[in-house]
Amino acid sequence: MLHVTYLIILLPLVGFAVLVAAGRRLGDPAAGVVATVAVGASFLVSIGVYLDLLTVDAPVRSYSQNLWTWIPVDRLQVHAALYVDPLSMTMVLFITGISFLIHLYSIGYMKGDKDFPKFFLYMNLFVASMLILVLGSNLLITFVGWEGVGTCSYWLVSFWFTRDSAASAGKKAFVYNRIGDVGFLLAIFLVYDKVHSLDYQVIFHRIPEIGPANVTAICLLLLVGVMGKSAQIPLFPWLADAMEGPTPVSALIHAATMVTAGVYLLCRVSPLLHASPDAALTVAIVGAATAFVAATIACAQQDIKKVLAYSTVSQLGYMFLAIGCGAYTAAIFLMVAHAFFKGLLFLGAGSVIHGLHDEQDLKRMGNLRAYLPITFITFGIGWLCIAAVPPLSGFWAKGDVLDNAWAAHPALWVVGIVTAALTAYYMSRLTGLAFFGSDRWAGSHGDTPEPDPAHAHHADGAVSEPHESPWIMTVPLWILAFFAAIAGVMAIPDSQFSLARWLDPVFASTLYHDNLSSTALWTLAIVDAVVAIVFVVIGLRLWSQRADRPALEGAFLRGAWYINELYDAVFGRPSERLAAFCADVVDPRVIDGAVNGVAGAFRGSGTVLRRTQTGYVRNYVLGITFGTVIVLGFMLTRMWWGG
Amino acid sequence: MSINPAWYLSLSVVLFAIGALGVLVRRNVLIMFMCVELMLNASNLAFVTFARTLHDIGGQVLVFFVLVVAAAEVVVGLGIVVAIFRRRASANADDLHLMKG
Repeated sequence: MLHVTYLIILLPLVGFAVLVAAGRRLGDPAAGVVATVAVGASFLVSIGVYLDLLTVDAPVRSYSQNLWTWIPVDRLQVHAALYVDPLSMTMVLFITGISFLIHLYSIGYMKGDKDFPKFFLYMNLFVASMLILVLGSNLLITFVGWEGVGTCSYWLVSFWFTRDSAASAGKKAFVYNRIGDVGFLLAIFLVYDKVHSLDYQVIFHRIPEIGPANVTAICLLLLVGVMGKSAQIPLFPWLADAMEGPTPVSALIHAATMVTAGVYLLCRVSPLLHASPDAALTVAIVGAATAFVAATIACAQQDIKKVLAYSTVSQLGYMFLAIGCGAYTAAIFLMVAHAFFKGLLFLGAGSVIHGLHDEQDLKRMGNLRAYLPITFITFGIGWLCIAAVPPLSGFWAKGDVLDNAWAAHPALWVVGIVTAALTAYYMSRLTGLAFFGSDRWAGSHGDTPEPDPAHAHHADGAVSEPHESPWIMTVPLWILAFFAAIAGVMAIPDSQFSLARWLDPVFASTLYHDNLSSTALWTLAIVDAVVAIVFVVIGLRLWSQRADRPALEGAFLRGAWYINELYDAVFGRPSERLAAFCADVVDPRVIDGAVNGVAGAFRGSGTVLRRTQTGYVRNYVLGITFGTVIVLGFMLTRMWWGG
Repeated sequence: MSINPAWYLSLSVVLFAIGALGVLVRRNVLIMFMCVELMLNASNLAFVTFARTLHDIGGQVLVFFVLVVAAAEVVVGLGIVVAIFRRRASANADDLHLMKG
């Protein structure tokens, strides 16, 4: 089925086209079903392609499909070509699979929204863009998907655009991504300048021609690009604000599409990173710093979705740390595991929000395990996964990253293990506040800070008990919980599930932790496990009974290190002043001055020159005569003296 | 026996100067018209003179062109003069300064 690879992208696009044409007529829930079927079919095709790819011999396990020549201009030959190898296949499988579950869940979650068909239209386009991104065989195709993902995230984050905060969150996401895109574009230009091709395979073959300094420059520019997309320091604040979107969108952005794009891109260009240790170290440091900073912020957030958002930023930091240490397989492993458990956590949070009639404040939850048993069990699995409690997937994935960090840069390992402790703590805090303790939701309803317009059907004002979500929302939870729990099998070496063996043809790089002795590996694993369990217990003990511990929620952390305020002061306010200066001074004086000045000059010269237009024929004749005399005189002097 | 061409040219210059002066100083449109004709024919005289002196038939050919142009000019010009005269009952060029800027 390799030759129908294009169908993987085409099917969601067809779903998108159908919804554009007939979305309104299909309505609720038919539009959602169409979109879900489109993504589901894409998932089935992906499985077929995957099975076919397995039959290709391992050392060169890849397949490229040239659809058409997109830009044939002199030396710039860009093909609309797809490239399937174990890396892109891994991405495609979990993107389509998890997107399918999220689509299914959304049918239940978005029920009753007046823009129900539009929501699924964007979702399908989002998935299609992400698939273009991962399947593109050159930088430009990837860039098309990259921009598509950015645009769709803008539409979806500001889906409830009548709410001011949602509209500005969408803009914020868009602008932050745009800043990153500048880096990506410059990297593309630089690559083209050096190798006159944008095709990944060609670029990788010509790395020696590019020169080490240029490779580093390309990698750092790409890093700027992925900082925006994958929400790394310094371009991460948008991801927390992106929580303004409907919860399934958050799940999609965090688990399957969008933020993983940056990690994917860095893995895709791994030969470049491999050739530039400086750039790799930068990636590792950015990742470690982001992981730590975001984890500290997550410890003090009150909004259930904000905690999850910062935890995503933190986990992405881990992935960058792994990439920086050369452990691409570990990064992909964590990405896949993260896709499962973060998708699960977001959908679980969505179920909580849905059940509590759009309450997102952790301080107004509590004891939900009694009311939402299915959500509690599945969310609990996600919680233990992300806290890296053995033997769940998070333990293996994060352990893999930390082992590699230990082998490459022990200092960064320290940051990593501290972050792991914080992760276990804040996720336990979240779970303790939401599912344990006493009912705090009763009586507090009615003045929720941000009501969720999707659920107008709930807004009858009556305070009712939290209710479990319908099957269409719980089935995806169960499926994700299952995979989140068992994804650790990918860590078993040399088994048929082994991710390292599967990805070996792509990276072919020895992992650092191969150099570690088994004693070191065991010690590290035990340290990870002990840290995880200890901090889960601490978090749960602290937060399951009391919801109010101001000492642990400093204003600095609640304010997210005041990064937004910092950017506001450093970039926002000066820009505003610059804009005001342009509006008050440059525009009226320079721009208007130039335009009015030209007009004034012509008017002035006209006023003077109109005096010559007397209307008397004799004056004109005099002019002509004098003119003739002058011209003749000039010619005569030239004749006599000029030779 | 032939007359020195300088005489013809001198006559041409004198006629041209009289014509130009007439256009400049007279106010009557008809007189100005006649002065223009005078200038045209002064140049015709010069053309013919040079054609003879230089043995170049081109000068004489040009004279025909000038004559044709002058005839056409007279047709149009006199037409305009008559039209103006009908409206204003005067042929004073200074009365016609509507195109003043």
